[in-house]
Amino acid sequence: MSLLQHFLESLESLTANKLRSALTILGIVIGVASVISMLAIGQGATAAVNQQIQSIGSNLLFVSSGGFGQGGGGAVAPKPLTLQDAQALVDPANAPDVSAAVGVVNSRGTISINGTSTSASVVGTTADYATVRNLNLQEGQFITTSDVSGNSAVVVLGSGVATTLFGETTGLVGQEVKINNQPFRIEGVLQSVGGGSLGSQDNQVIVPLTTAQQRLENRGSSSTRIDQIIVQASSADGVTAAQEEVTNILRTRHNTRIGTDDFNILNQQQILSTATSVTGTLTLLLGGIGAISLVVGGIGIMNIMLVSVTERTREIGLRKALGAHKSDIWLQFLLESSILSLVGGLIGVAVAAGVSKVIANIAAASSTAINPVIGLNSVLLACLFSAAVGVFFGIYPANQASSLEPVEALRYE
Amino acid sequence: MSDSEYVIEAENLTKVYQMGEMEVQALRGVSFKIKRGEIVSIMGPSGSGKSTLMNILGCLDVPTSGNYTLDGESVENLSDDELSDIRNQKVGFVFQSFQLLPRTTALNNVILPLRYASGDHYRQKALAALEAVGLQDRVDHRPNELSGGQQQRVAIARAMVTQPAIIMADEPTGNLDSKSGAEIMNLLLELNKKSGTTLIIVTHSPEVAAQTQRVIHVRDGLLVEE
Repeated sequence: MSLLQHFLESLESLTANKLRSALTILGIVIGVASVISMLAIGQGATAAVNQQIQSIGSNLLFVSSGGFGQGGGGAVAPKPLTLQDAQALVDPANAPDVSAAVGVVNSRGTISINGTSTSASVVGTTADYATVRNLNLQEGQFITTSDVSGNSAVVVLGSGVATTLFGETTGLVGQEVKINNQPFRIEGVLQSVGGGSLGSQDNQVIVPLTTAQQRLENRGSSSTRIDQIIVQASSADGVTAAQEEVTNILRTRHNTRIGTDDFNILNQQQILSTATSVTGTLTLLLGGIGAISLVVGGIGIMNIMLVSVTERTREIGLRKALGAHKSDIWLQFLLESSILSLVGGLIGVAVAAGVSKVIANIAAASSTAINPVIGLNSVLLACLFSAAVGVFFGIYPANQASSLEPVEALRYE
Repeated sequence: MSDSEYVIEAENLTKVYQMGEMEVQALRGVSFKIKRGEIVSIMGPSGSGKSTLMNILGCLDVPTSGNYTLDGESVENLSDDELSDIRNQKVGFVFQSFQLLPRTTALNNVILPLRYASGDHYRQKALAALEAVGLQDRVDHRPNELSGGQQQRVAIARAMVTQPAIIMADEPTGNLDSKSGAEIMNLLLELNKKSGTTLIIVTHSPEVAAQTQRVIHVRDGLLVEE
């Protein structure tokens, strides 16, 4: 008998039990759909997290005060970071791999106009911050060096803050807002950069560093303490070298011995790789859960095929009496289970596409931009896997069927 | 097809079944010959070894010892697949309960043995066989749309479509009322006359046996001479 003929016969006996075949296929559909959509969501989440981390800027080092770094237990009273520390890091001789370093003072404040108010993070910093953090202006200009040296009461609004207060992001330059009840003139508005779990970059306002230190934080005019220095390395390859150079310069300036650093350097690459390994584990976990349901679907196929063998014992006996070889019977049953799993796999891919779309919409609605990615490789993987499941769980019933003795099978009631 | 006068030569056939710890001797040395074109009935009470003999003659089973030659071919030491081929080419089966595939049409039921053979013109051969049993206007009916007599006709068409050396009919009228039973017997005898195919009928019914040329009685695994 030709393969085509076997295929048609298998199809015929599957369509004879439509409901049963459909339910069996459903098991595989759920399995394949969950594998693919879980992998897609995992990949989408990885991409989203990576993109968020990249949007902070590139090749960055975050220096903060405190001794809880490597072996920092010895630093009893860490010296605070100062703007002078930040300026010292931009040193072509001692730190050739550092291209920029900006000091940052972080706080939260209430931004208000005529009764409308919103809470936002207030970043006090210097002119280079825009370049280091990849910020682009919608209109106006960024904080300038003279704003910093002159303690100017000027502010650059994040687009989220601008929208909340004014309902728009243009035509705002020159207007006045109050930060913690002190008047500031709007100097510029930032373009939206989106943002998510790491804190929205749109919901911030930026003021000159000195202004933040002296007017908003009441640290006194003598205080030069800053919370963080953001260092940009000149290239991706130079990040490690830059980290060395920054460490050496700060050790010298703070007079600390090796092993008792009173500062802490976080590498953007480290953040990225940590996040990647977390989301990678998550993807694997989700895919694993999907795979379990695929195996359960496969067991469903095996179950139904075994029932079918028992039910069709007399048919098998008849076919053998009429001249069917063992391999004919074997192939017919194996084809039936393979068709079930293959059809289930194909439908599963379609369902996964739908599920991913729904999840993308849900994620978009809750403003966490996850874009599930259905890769060709995950589709192929799931289809191959489901076909393998069909063959694997079909072999045992097929063996059972083909090894029936014609005499016994014909007599079976 | 061999030139020998005999289509079936059975020599000292024995068959022993292992039932748990017990050995059951179903056949204890049976020898006989059947001529080409002959109509023979096999009779005997249940448990006599009649079914075992029929299974061996139809190549559904092999004897424990003894020689069995069907249409010039010795059926010994053959593999399952070789037995399948012999059944396909040399034996046509007619069963008491018809044994048609319920999901498919009369035509496809008749085509089924041709599919397991090498050859072509399935459709024409099957249509000719259905015409020979008088079912030319029922070819697209499924078994549940046919009467018992008609179903048995389909089964007979299926048995003869491969032009076998023998037709083995196991209680062919057992599930039919007497009228359609008589029709089926007439059909079988008529086909024997036309095509010269050897006909072996296993039956309980003395009336059926009376219509055959020779009766082989089996009792306790041995032949009781006719």
